[in-house]
Amino acid sequence: MRITVNGKEIETNCNTIYELCEYLGKLKDVVIINGYQTSENCTLSEQDVVFVIEKGVMPEQNDLESMMAARHTPQVHARAKAAKVAIAGLGGLGSNIAVVLARTGVGSLLLVDFDIVEPSNLNRQNYHIDHLGLPKTVALQKQIRKINPFIKVKIKTVRVEEANIPELFAGYDVVCEAFDNPEAKAMLVNTVLEQLPGVKIVAASGMAGYASSNLIRTEQRLKNLYICGDSENAARIGNGLMAPRVQICAGHQANMVLRLLLGIEEV
Amino acid sequence: MKFNGEILQLSRDISLLQFVQENKYDISKIAVELNGDIVPKTSYADVMLREEDILEVVSFVGGG
Repeated sequence: MRITVNGKEIETNCNTIYELCEYLGKLKDVVIINGYQTSENCTLSEQDVVFVIEKGVMPEQNDLESMMAARHTPQVHARAKAAKVAIAGLGGLGSNIAVVLARTGVGSLLLVDFDIVEPSNLNRQNYHIDHLGLPKTVALQKQIRKINPFIKVKIKTVRVEEANIPELFAGYDVVCEAFDNPEAKAMLVNTVLEQLPGVKIVAASGMAGYASSNLIRTEQRLKNLYICGDSENAARIGNGLMAPRVQICAGHQANMVLRLLLGIEEV
Repeated sequence: MKFNGEILQLSRDISLLQFVQENKYDISKIAVELNGDIVPKTSYADVMLREEDILEVVSFVGGG
């Protein structure tokens, strides 16, 4: 039968995972079959996608990409890799969304922010001390290269305004609204929906403080607009933005983006 | 009229601009869809609401 092993299609007479490992002369450290890691032997079927990874062995550059994708469900990964997602604003939401989508294997990311990393960002944003003073776009691009060097990352260190939105975001499947300021959120949403028909936007509203995690939800509010958050907890004096709820909200946004990339429009 | 999923009786001729103002929305923080189409902010004053309309108004709070 034909199966794919560590990214290469092969013809094999092996009937089980254990037979295959013995044939390959590999230790069964990590065995992943069709996106699922298993420690038990199982029967192989035609078209199976199998990874056998030995711990502590640095793979060849050619094998690295396919091994990194081993835990993704095969068809899911192919669609994510072909997708283009733009992230507007690289603060607590945007920096976390970008890293999560990079880990998910979204093939092309556009990162847009005008600002630089400063100390008060580090309570919730995905940056480190050694990024202080760098543009957020540059700091995030460096991190993504270390997480998944196969992602195409484009950066634009500019302020997003009504006038540059069509040029910045045309051609992207989904735009993530990840700003802090509510007027900026509304401006981006209105402009994308008015001027870029067909582009979907996943926005956020209400994730400050430490109210229940379970108040944060994803809703489809308009035809091409999804909003994640609790819709109430604004950042204000006495109710600051904190990493847990900001990351939960970023996770909601990233998962909605992934669902949209897979053609699922329900929340 | 259907407003954010709920049936609402329109008591008089009212523009979209008057409606969102009377419902205490901050115009700079909202997006509006009328019968499935986004309404540009510059048109709010010109659009008169009708009983058969389906109106969705989303409003954003700060933080990110």
